[in-house]
Amino acid sequence: MKLKYDPLNIVVCGIGGQGNVLAAETLGSAMCDRGCRVAVGETYGASQRGGSVMSHVRVSETWDPSVLIPAGEAHIIIGFEPLETLRIARKYAGTDTVTVYDPRPVYPLGVLQGVQTYPSLEELQAEIQQLSTLALAIPAADIAMEAGDSRAANIALLGAFSTLSAAPLSGEDLEKILAQRFQGKVLELNRNAFAMGREAAKKGGAV
Amino acid sequence: MTANAPGQVCLMQGNEAIVRGAVEAGINFAASYPGSPSSQVLGMLGKIARERGFYAEWSTNEVCALQACTGASLANGRALCVVKQNGLLCVADALHCAAQAGVKGGLVIVSSDDPSAHSSTNEFDSRWQAMSAGIPLLEPTTMQEAKDMIPYAFELSEKTGQLVLVRVTTRVCHGRGNVVLGPLPEKPRALERVREWDRMVCVCYMHGPALEKLEQLRQLFENSPCNHYEGPEAPKKLIIAGGTGRLYGQEALRRLGVDRDTGFMALGTLWPLPENYILKRLRTAEEVLILEEVDPFLERAVQALAGREGLKIKFLGRGDALPAVGELDPDVVTSAICRLTGAALPEKKPTGELELPVREMSFCAGCPHRATFHLLKRAMRQEKHPGVVVGDIGCYFMAGQSAGQYAWQTCNCMGSGVNVAEGLGQLTNYGLDQKVVTMCGDSTFFHTILPGLVNATYHNANMLLIVLDNSATAMTGFQPHPGTGLTAMGDHVKPMDISKILDAVGCQVEVADPFDVVEAEKTLRRMLDQPGMNVLIMRQPCATLMAKERSRKPVRVYVDQDVCVGDGCGCDKYCSRVWGCPGNTWDFKKNKALIDPVTCVGCGVCAKLCPSGAIKVERGEEA
Repeated sequence: MKLKYDPLNIVVCGIGGQGNVLAAETLGSAMCDRGCRVAVGETYGASQRGGSVMSHVRVSETWDPSVLIPAGEAHIIIGFEPLETLRIARKYAGTDTVTVYDPRPVYPLGVLQGVQTYPSLEELQAEIQQLSTLALAIPAADIAMEAGDSRAANIALLGAFSTLSAAPLSGEDLEKILAQRFQGKVLELNRNAFAMGREAAKKGGAV
Repeated sequence: MTANAPGQVCLMQGNEAIVRGAVEAGINFAASYPGSPSSQVLGMLGKIARERGFYAEWSTNEVCALQACTGASLANGRALCVVKQNGLLCVADALHCAAQAGVKGGLVIVSSDDPSAHSSTNEFDSRWQAMSAGIPLLEPTTMQEAKDMIPYAFELSEKTGQLVLVRVTTRVCHGRGNVVLGPLPEKPRALERVREWDRMVCVCYMHGPALEKLEQLRQLFENSPCNHYEGPEAPKKLIIAGGTGRLYGQEALRRLGVDRDTGFMALGTLWPLPENYILKRLRTAEEVLILEEVDPFLERAVQALAGREGLKIKFLGRGDALPAVGELDPDVVTSAICRLTGAALPEKKPTGELELPVREMSFCAGCPHRATFHLLKRAMRQEKHPGVVVGDIGCYFMAGQSAGQYAWQTCNCMGSGVNVAEGLGQLTNYGLDQKVVTMCGDSTFFHTILPGLVNATYHNANMLLIVLDNSATAMTGFQPHPGTGLTAMGDHVKPMDISKILDAVGCQVEVADPFDVVEAEKTLRRMLDQPGMNVLIMRQPCATLMAKERSRKPVRVYVDQDVCVGDGCGCDKYCSRVWGCPGNTWDFKKNKALIDPVTCVGCGVCAKLCPSGAIKVERGEEA
């Protein structure tokens, strides 16, 4: 295995409770099993549900990376929500950053209270596009609900992620990991969500 | 976690690495009270305690935990106490006394600091406690060291007869990295009967021997495997890093291409300082940058050393090259190193102008606290003078923000609410014309509320204490407490009934269900009008705990958009704008209320609050 960059830097971001921590941990363990030096950093606030959450996954073949990625050094951004994706892309996107994200907005409390405004989705997406070498909008929550459970959105995004050329794991690798982690109906559901996420990515993302 | 597979490489969370280190050290005893970022440590130890032949408990508070550990040490046991920054301050008296009395079996305290207060109310620096109590202090810089330092700390503790403090920070506790496993001992350390003339006692004449131990430790630290140096033999520019600063600093030096000319010292033994080890590089240095989390602890100690030796050095650190507040990260460290070395900062891509709203914390969907604070705010607004509400520490800390409709005016430390309210409540007899209310959770109730409850009841303060009984230590991840009937090792025991304790204390007690908004409001108002010490137990289990235990939602809540009046309703969008549940969102296209099916957990309280009856609850089959 040859990493496209060393260290390879991946940011997983979204809102607490969406399964992003699990997605980051799954990626990290798989790379450690492949003999790499791995660091995972998780930022979650006091509110485990509802606050902004991000995980950094860093993989190297030569040295111990720190748990946080320096600004402008992300190679892949996996986003569970468009506003959070742009927040992260502004800080971490660099010369070659691929973004895979769910374009379904989740409004912050301040927006619902009318004290803040949620930006227009078109403008959000345009800036994400502009900051990325490639940006794929994957309706992961919709895919997961179609597959049977909204909680599988993280697996749908991992499916889309596995199609990227910079991804250190192939679709087959990740499917094997799913089979190790889940069983029965949950495995079937996750397999479906994964395949649908891959399909959506191959079509270039659908909005 | 208990695999005897020396040499195996695992991706481990820092908290897991601490657990593995404790198992490799063959501990006999572990005690803790949950506190982020180190909450997971004792939870994991509890699960494997029987298998590995040691005892583990979630103590009622940190003082119980540390003092129980000193008991275990007296019987020659190896004892591990795990606390967060605030917990360490809570045990300061016990810590200082134990430091003078000394230990027999190894006693190690792991204290987790939370720079930037990611899951705390504040950032504190545990390291001062080591300096103040005169005990050795270690801090790991990687996950591997987080594991390796635990057995090392136990050896030090037994070699010198002194307890050892290991300080960790959020990025170590919650980060993950490669860890090479070490061998496991066959069984824990052998216990020894306490002999008639054994003494572990804190009296003044032990102060001298405690200082001698510190000098012995300083000499041991001169050759410690925890300290590292890379760079020129006689550096002019020197970086000294503790904790997370090591990896951030090394990476930044490489990225900036100045790693050959700059000396880099990573210290794992922070107190007492290995003076000669540091002086070897410090003597030639003209400029020194110190990378450390929270306070300039190391910087002040190294400055004192340089001053004693008469060295002329320019120091950079917290408050100049680095921000005085907030955690270290690769970017602040990179810019500090640019300032030290004159290297140029890496360029950054320009970004757009679009203003991005922040995502404020809120109570989880279906949280019973939201209903309690909705009722409290309603009741207090209808008082002649707005009342005074005193907060406390737990999930309900968020009630001071928009999540709880800005419910309280003041909040100090854990367990303080009942005491602050007692002070105000007494003054209502001296002209203060206000209702006084405070709150606590069920875990906090046992942790530090009890003495204050006794005090306020005995002195008959005019006040109301609301016990938010959600059957969980929810903030830190559902650890058992004396009210739950469970222990860390999974035993079922007799739960303590909060209402019986209150009855025995002798205050006026009532119980209400915050989801039954009509009845609960009546009870709340009645108690507000009643003089003397009142306690209202708001009982409804934590929504997240319920979601964990149920396999599927039995209830569907939705908005009938034909009934919802939308923008023009007199309720002023109460459901999404004030009630503030993440499940209640807004359909900006149709200008009508909407329930987010992904977040809603089906508590149905918003349906009771909607004045148009537009929110519908559809009950399905119980799972």
